[in-house]
Amino acid sequence: MAVERKVPSIIDNPMNFCPGCGHGIIIRLICECLEELGQDQNVIFAIGVGCSSNLGGGLVTDRLHCAHGRAGAVATGMKRVNPDNMVITYQGDGDAYSIGIAESFNAAYRNENITVITVNNTNFGMTGGQMSWTTMEGQKTTTSPHGRDCAVTGYPIRFPELVANEFRVAYAARGSVSSPARINALKGYIKNALEAQLNKEGYSIVEVLSPCAVNWGMTPEEAMTHIEEDLTQYFPIGVFQDRRNQE
Amino acid sequence: MKVNVNESRCKECGLCIAHCPKEAIYLRSEVNSKGYRTVVVREDKCIGCGMCYLTCPDGVYQILA
Amino acid sequence: MAEMMKGNIAIAEAAVRAGVRLYAGYPITPSTEIMEYLSGRLPEVGGAFIQAESELAGINMVIGGASCGVRALTASSGPGISLKQEGISILSDEELSAVVINVVRYGNGLGTLYSSQCDYNRETRGGGNGDYRCIVLCPSSIQEAVEQISLAYELAEKYRVVSVLMTEGALGQMMEPVDLPDFVEPKRNPWGFDGKYTYKKIGIFDRDSMKESVLLKEKYAAIKENEQRWESEGVEDADYVFVSYGLPGRSTLGAVRQLRDEGFRVGLIRPITAWPFPEKAFAQINPGVKGIITVEANATGQLVDDAALAIKKNSSANIPAYALTYVYGVPPIKSIKADFKKILNGEIREVY
Repeated sequence: MAVERKVPSIIDNPMNFCPGCGHGIIIRLICECLEELGQDQNVIFAIGVGCSSNLGGGLVTDRLHCAHGRAGAVATGMKRVNPDNMVITYQGDGDAYSIGIAESFNAAYRNENITVITVNNTNFGMTGGQMSWTTMEGQKTTTSPHGRDCAVTGYPIRFPELVANEFRVAYAARGSVSSPARINALKGYIKNALEAQLNKEGYSIVEVLSPCAVNWGMTPEEAMTHIEEDLTQYFPIGVFQDRRNQE
Repeated sequence: MKVNVNESRCKECGLCIAHCPKEAIYLRSEVNSKGYRTVVVREDKCIGCGMCYLTCPDGVYQILA
Repeated sequence: MAEMMKGNIAIAEAAVRAGVRLYAGYPITPSTEIMEYLSGRLPEVGGAFIQAESELAGINMVIGGASCGVRALTASSGPGISLKQEGISILSDEELSAVVINVVRYGNGLGTLYSSQCDYNRETRGGGNGDYRCIVLCPSSIQEAVEQISLAYELAEKYRVVSVLMTEGALGQMMEPVDLPDFVEPKRNPWGFDGKYTYKKIGIFDRDSMKESVLLKEKYAAIKENEQRWESEGVEDADYVFVSYGLPGRSTLGAVRQLRDEGFRVGLIRPITAWPFPEKAFAQINPGVKGIITVEANATGQLVDDAALAIKKNSSANIPAYALTYVYGVPPIKSIKADFKKILNGEIREVY
């Protein structure tokens, strides 16, 4: 009656993420999809700087710890010389959308045949909770101690939408890990994104809303609720561009 | 046995407990060497649905066929 | 059969023949022709050409290619090379081999478009964070440059470092007869990613910096011992030895020969590697030498620091080191000779 569920061998290791962090769920889903597509022994990760950096300790695949923000460019170089490997970037919102916005933007612009996974927890987690470009209005962080004032700092960036509105790419979506249903849907988005790469259809991106219990000052459960009730209002869950639906 | 529990990976985040439909998971009272109270599954209540596997960020659970 | 070729074009073609199969960069004068040539040529040999959105993205694309074991190349100048420093530090840390071409132009900041040697300090010391060094090759002719491209890769791969081919604006733009090297069959370096993680290669997360530092020091010591390259003429009996590289090195050679004809006992050391600095060349200098004189195209004198260190180390007498700094361009022979006379009569004082 029960279906066997086992963590894929390439990620079946202890990792240093905080209790209740979403990273562990996200990377497991990516590795499950790779296994199911027969690509788990054919993958190179371009890992960003931040909480994502913790991945390297537990991931048993080719991977490079890229300079902060540059994974989009590094992955471009990798894929151009190794077109038959799966090349996946794995970055936080700080890495991909602040310091790395140019490289992230341009990889989408060129429709590079890579898959970009961005983990959005609305702050710079690893370094102690500074404001990032996805920090919500009024959210208190260590560099917005009175709450983010968007009139001065700008409004949180919605990157998958930006890509979908400006460029012709293979796939752009946003998911979350805030409930079992969301996790299952997210796995579908990730699978679709990886299939776009496997079938050489172009660039794919999945942003994932992920909890940061420690820097949000919440329990893991409260953090998941915050995503579900608050963050999804501004960062909608869904698919913004899919080559399978193009006229 | 329906589920394998790799207790040493547990970080007491509570997400599995929150989503178990049969309230089959509880925390030990003792802390482990890292300071966490780790999970125990009551086999008599567990139905092998896999919610714990789904929501666990740390690879604690393996659902057996 | 030598043909007349423009410097940048010849270097780009030589890169293709050396097995380069990824170029990523951004246009900047006076290096742009390298990029333009490769945009058409690399796809012809099945290589990848990427016009990157910035020099910063360009070096990171090179990192991606190098991490997969491919001979990857970028070329730039001035502020563009400044943007690449983080990437060069990363390549050094990951022990990935790559070549960066700096077609040096004069000035700080945006600078100018004049040919120059004002990046000597930065290339030989490294402008990125940490204690790493790059092997720096400085050709003085287009022929030398096309031969140094494959040498740059061989050395980079032998030691797993970054090689910098430090040319200069005028070299990139001028034309000379060139014999292009033969084609080298491209092959993947054994540390390159192939998706299979067959053994733990690069991308280290668990560092032991103490252990690594020992290996780092050994590596650089080996390079310094084994890879110094230079040309010298007339140093064994010289009263004064000039030290100059690149195109100024060529006009200095002309000045040395003319001065010899005029009865002055002078010699020249022309570094071919700026790092490792050819200290061994200085051991051959006449022990009674009265001074060494650098000839450089920059404002403040950069080569003179290394030359002074080398001569002071190789002599118990406190040999003075002079610097003739011509700011930009290539100094004419007559200027070098005239300034040499000023050194003799004390009008130009030593730097060290």
